[in-house]
Amino acid sequence: MSLDPPLGIRDEMSRMRAVAWKDLTAERRSKSNLNGVVFLAVMMLVLFGFALGPDAEALRSAAAGVLWLTILFSGVLAFNRSYQLELEGDALETLLLYPGERWPIFLGKLVANLVFVLLVEVVVVPMASVLYNLAVWRALPSLLTVLVLGTIGFVTLGTFYAAMASRVRAREVLLPLLLFPMLVPLLVASVGATMALLSGNAMGDAASWMRGLAAFDAIYLIASTLAFPYVIEV
Amino acid sequence: MVQTQGHGARTRAHSYPSVSDPVLAEGVARRFAARWALRGVTLSVRRGEVVAIRGSNGSGKSTLLRIIAGALRLTRGTCLVFGHDVGREARFVRPQVGLLGHGASLYQDLSVAENLTFAARMACIAHDPRSISAAIEGVGLTPSANERARNLSSGMQRRVALARLTMCAPKLLLLDEPYNSLDDDGLAVVDKLVRDTRADGGATVIVSHDVDRVSGIADRILTMDDGLLFAGESAAIARDADARAHAPLLLAHDRAR
Repeated sequence: MSLDPPLGIRDEMSRMRAVAWKDLTAERRSKSNLNGVVFLAVMMLVLFGFALGPDAEALRSAAAGVLWLTILFSGVLAFNRSYQLELEGDALETLLLYPGERWPIFLGKLVANLVFVLLVEVVVVPMASVLYNLAVWRALPSLLTVLVLGTIGFVTLGTFYAAMASRVRAREVLLPLLLFPMLVPLLVASVGATMALLSGNAMGDAASWMRGLAAFDAIYLIASTLAFPYVIEV
Repeated sequence: MVQTQGHGARTRAHSYPSVSDPVLAEGVARRFAARWALRGVTLSVRRGEVVAIRGSNGSGKSTLLRIIAGALRLTRGTCLVFGHDVGREARFVRPQVGLLGHGASLYQDLSVAENLTFAARMACIAHDPRSISAAIEGVGLTPSANERARNLSSGMQRRVALARLTMCAPKLLLLDEPYNSLDDDGLAVVDKLVRDTRADGGATVIVSHDVDRVSGIADRILTMDDGLLFAGESAAIARDADARAHAPLLLAHDRAR
């Protein structure tokens, strides 16, 4: 009896790219999610601004926290949408029945969500710098590094927990309940690094926060990739 | 073949099941919450064979197909596909199996061609625009190749799903109500897919209410009733108390309870 051998790593990477391509193409076609998320993010920045009042110093000191909370809340919508795509056409079952391992599906979705959230940040960060009078240009390379590190950890956990909640009827409610408590260490590190950079401490406190972020990313990425096949199993 | 020795069983001289058969299921049971959807199903399907399963709504037909495909875990029993356990050795099973479920499993914002390209990439099948076009042509959707799936009728979406199965050429076809929503050309596509699979030495399990349709293509027609599988085309056989009494399936059924 000759059966096809399991796929090699090159095949699995190709499958990962296929999932990312499919999610991004579907998003590019519909645009409904990106438009909605960007609008929500901008509204949150404006509303936080109103809530904090006209004091420029208060706005600047709260800016890092506001920026990351905006990214977190708007990103959650993206994660729900990511699996909604599979459920709309009853496609999740077929996706899971393709030959090969399950981790390329997770990493493909992670890459698509990462691109999506980074696109939202392209709008949100300049907007925040204007509304909150932030000197982002002074520490831009380091700030970009913090944004990417924080977003990788956030998107990794978001993609993982969205998979876990995807088969539950109340998934829109369940996802934030599962995700936000797990994000606390990442949020603290991201806000700490961003505050340090915006206050001019370019590579002092920021460096230690960034090392922490990198460690969180590595742990979340490895643990989520290993656990994904079990949470997506029927 | 179904291992029933009671009423309604069709026996063959060379009917001993082998572990390398496309399907060898023994005492398969599945429970959803407090309800047993399958109560101990024993089924063997050999290479080149087409088996049709009929039965009333909720009798467990789709559950059985999904368990054989590896889409659903079984609660009790064993199910081997080409000798591999569908639960523990799923990565060896998945390349051999093609499941057509109730839905077409399409991405609504991708075109027909893009949906098939994605399927080919996920299944690691060598493909190019010509092979994708050929698969689309095979199901008569060439004019709609660049249409988004959401703009297609349910019958056309079903054809795209059939094109995906044609491309993947699985050795075990599992078709759940494959004739739903299809016109005459679509019906012919299903029958051709089944015949091609048989010609390649594969096997097919069809779940369908349309007994007239499947009787023309199936080697055996089985009946599912209340989570149990019986040999025979007639629902009366399935409900016959004497047939139940002779069915060894009931042993597994009792264990499952």
